[in-house]
Amino acid sequence: MATIIVVTSGKGGVGKTTSSASIAVGLAQRGNKTVVIDFDVGLRNLDLIMNCERRVVYDFVNVINGEATLNQALIKDKHVDNLHILPASQTRDKDALSKEGVERVLNELGERFDYIICDSPAGIEHGAQMALYFADQAVIVTNPEVSSVRDSDRILGILQSKSRRAELGLEPIKEHLLLTRYNPERVEIGEMLGVKDVEEILAIKLLGVIPESKAVLTASNQGTPVILDQTSDAGQAYSDAVDRLLGENREHRFIDLPKKGFFKRMFGG
Amino acid sequence: MSFFDYFKSKKKNTALIARERLQIIVAHERSKKDQPDYLPQLQKEILDVIRKYVAIDEDMVQVQLDKNESCSVLELNVTLPERGEQA
Repeated sequence: MATIIVVTSGKGGVGKTTSSASIAVGLAQRGNKTVVIDFDVGLRNLDLIMNCERRVVYDFVNVINGEATLNQALIKDKHVDNLHILPASQTRDKDALSKEGVERVLNELGERFDYIICDSPAGIEHGAQMALYFADQAVIVTNPEVSSVRDSDRILGILQSKSRRAELGLEPIKEHLLLTRYNPERVEIGEMLGVKDVEEILAIKLLGVIPESKAVLTASNQGTPVILDQTSDAGQAYSDAVDRLLGENREHRFIDLPKKGFFKRMFGG
Repeated sequence: MSFFDYFKSKKKNTALIARERLQIIVAHERSKKDQPDYLPQLQKEILDVIRKYVAIDEDMVQVQLDKNESCSVLELNVTLPERGEQA
């Protein structure tokens, strides 16, 4: 049985697709057979982030409707072994995802993969609900900013009441907080919510903190998930997060400012 | 922050404001999370019925639904004005 992980947030533009891509690559790099599914029907973007947009022939909705087989729709990733991408349809709307259809595809994928990553669309409508419904674990992507934190709390409420696990009274979905676009300098001067603040408000376990980094845009420009850039802080932070997801202990980095010397403290810099 | 920054205008700690606002709104929204959609309408109609007989303010009726394992309890809390003020 595969583990199904939804990457969700409620709010848009916080880094769901960036995080889905990097987590999927990280899991595959560590030898796990992984598939990442784009649930954002009508506004697909995972294909761009993973640099396979020109290889999309069939999509998730085609498979649900029986117009293509899984083998025809799955795209093998060119960066790492063990990783496949299932793109979303660009032409349909989100109602094309029926619960029965999604379940059937997930069951079929579950026989072949260890991890299924569901990249959720923004919002709390049908598409987002389908992405989280069958999940075993959830990565809640949050920016240290009021609207993002509030929306994350809304999504947590939905995970706890409208998911399959909640409806069947099974063990609840395991929730992980992934704080992205974090800027320790702005936290230090009281311009940005700190990790502790967000952890305290949402009351879920911290999976990782991804620092605000130029490397994220550079990576998406080229279609190479940022985790592959291990010279960057964001890439290293995603690696740590994937290790923690697999149960390993990694100390949190990039949360505090590096200690400044006497001159820097006196004169700034 | 450097030594010279202390001479610049002191900025407000807006992160603190954000934290306090979030704590309040999140607690408020969580308390309403499990309530059915019809509850505000129900509250309004109950208020209208009571108002036919007693003059009360909007915030004097509180309706809450508590769910237990086996049953749900609809709790209705009406604060009536002191004697003499009645319509």
